Amino acid sequence: MTQPKRTGEWPLFEVFIRGQHGLSHRHVGSLHAPDAEMAIKNARDVYTRRNEGVSIWVVEAEAIHASAPGDKEALYDPANDKVYRHPTFFDVPDEVGHM
Amino acid sequence: MYAQMIKSTGQGVKSLDEMEPQERAFQERIDANGKIEPKDWMPDGYRKNLIRQIGQHAHSEIVGQLPEGNWITRAPTLERKAILLAKVQDEAGHGLYLYCAAETLGITRDEMFEALHEGRMKYSSIFNYPTLTWADMGAVGWLVDGAAIMNQVPLQRTSYGPYARAMVRICKEESFHQRQGFDIMMKMCNGTDAQKKMAQDALNRFWYPSLMMFGPSDKDSVHSAQSMAWKIKMNTNDELRQKFVDQTVPQAEYLGLTVPDETLKWNDEKGGYDFAEPDWNEFFDVLSGNGPCNHDRLETRKQAWEDGAWVRDGMLAHAAKKRAAKMAAE
Repeated sequence: MTQPKRTGEWPLFEVFIRGQHGLSHRHVGSLHAPDAEMAIKNARDVYTRRNEGVSIWVVEAEAIHASAPGDKEALYDPANDKVYRHPTFFDVPDEVGHM
Repeated sequence: MYAQMIKSTGQGVKSLDEMEPQERAFQERIDANGKIEPKDWMPDGYRKNLIRQIGQHAHSEIVGQLPEGNWITRAPTLERKAILLAKVQDEAGHGLYLYCAAETLGITRDEMFEALHEGRMKYSSIFNYPTLTWADMGAVGWLVDGAAIMNQVPLQRTSYGPYARAMVRICKEESFHQRQGFDIMMKMCNGTDAQKKMAQDALNRFWYPSLMMFGPSDKDSVHSAQSMAWKIKMNTNDELRQKFVDQTVPQAEYLGLTVPDETLKWNDEKGGYDFAEPDWNEFFDVLSGNGPCNHDRLETRKQAWEDGAWVRDGMLAHAAKKRAAKMAAE
């Protein structure tokens, strides 16, 4: 997501917002601003015009490190054959009731 | 639509057998309704087409503020003024969501602005028509935003993740725009004879330009076929136009207004209206720069950008100064 820097262009920030209901901050989009303080102000105008959130994080897009799309198999395939990690793998007899 | 006349850069649609393994995997993912994300491999044509389409859509949102901004200071009540202000602010927001989505494809927002200002990128033909009366604010919300929604709802399922996500946000906000327009029309149609006449006049002027928003028939176009295979276009222009007419005619009847088309007639067999095509020569003329307001819109937009330059530069300088002061203190 790193952009080619050109002179006079405001840097790109990624915006994360915590919604009303106590959930984690969630990525909502990005915007340009001269610095972090203005990025928060701009994020308020661009991403919370309808009470979408109670808290804003902004991070310079350059500072984000991401996994490579090509690593998908190596990273996530090992989880595929471990169905026992899900509670539904185990049969609980009806007599035992809710567990 | 907001992205009219986007010609694909592909050479017609390839079959899966003709594709190299990488492109084949890409197409299969799209066929299975999977999403393409910024760092994923994608064909050059897909990337270029999306930049043009999303960019043009973003420019339309930004230029689209101008015909309505014109009426903010002239709104008939404080409430209408506040509503119109909120709507125009939304359009700015929609432009920003879309520029962000386009930026994930490797172009910057400032580069897109330059392309717009130099005429290398377009915006929707609809914004080159003047807004002459307050009823035009009603007609724009009702018809123009109505047509936009028709196009944008299916785009929430488009194959490019950032574009689809921007579209979800936009659609959520857009229906307020259409309703506030219809509300203005209702008010005027229940008003004095002069007000009702004004509403009819606005419908007369905006009906055909609204139909043009969907673009000319593209059922045989190779460009459209490629865009549809890539799922960056979800329906043909004709499908969407038909849907728009079928939805809008009963609303006009409710308002007691007459759609300015003598040939308009319900067709039981197809379950939709038969209607007259807009004047496509006018459409191409407006798109190539000869509409009533092309010059004015672009000049206003460029002026705003140039007038804002000292603010942008000043804020960057201020940010640099603050950063330096903070480092000196540490």
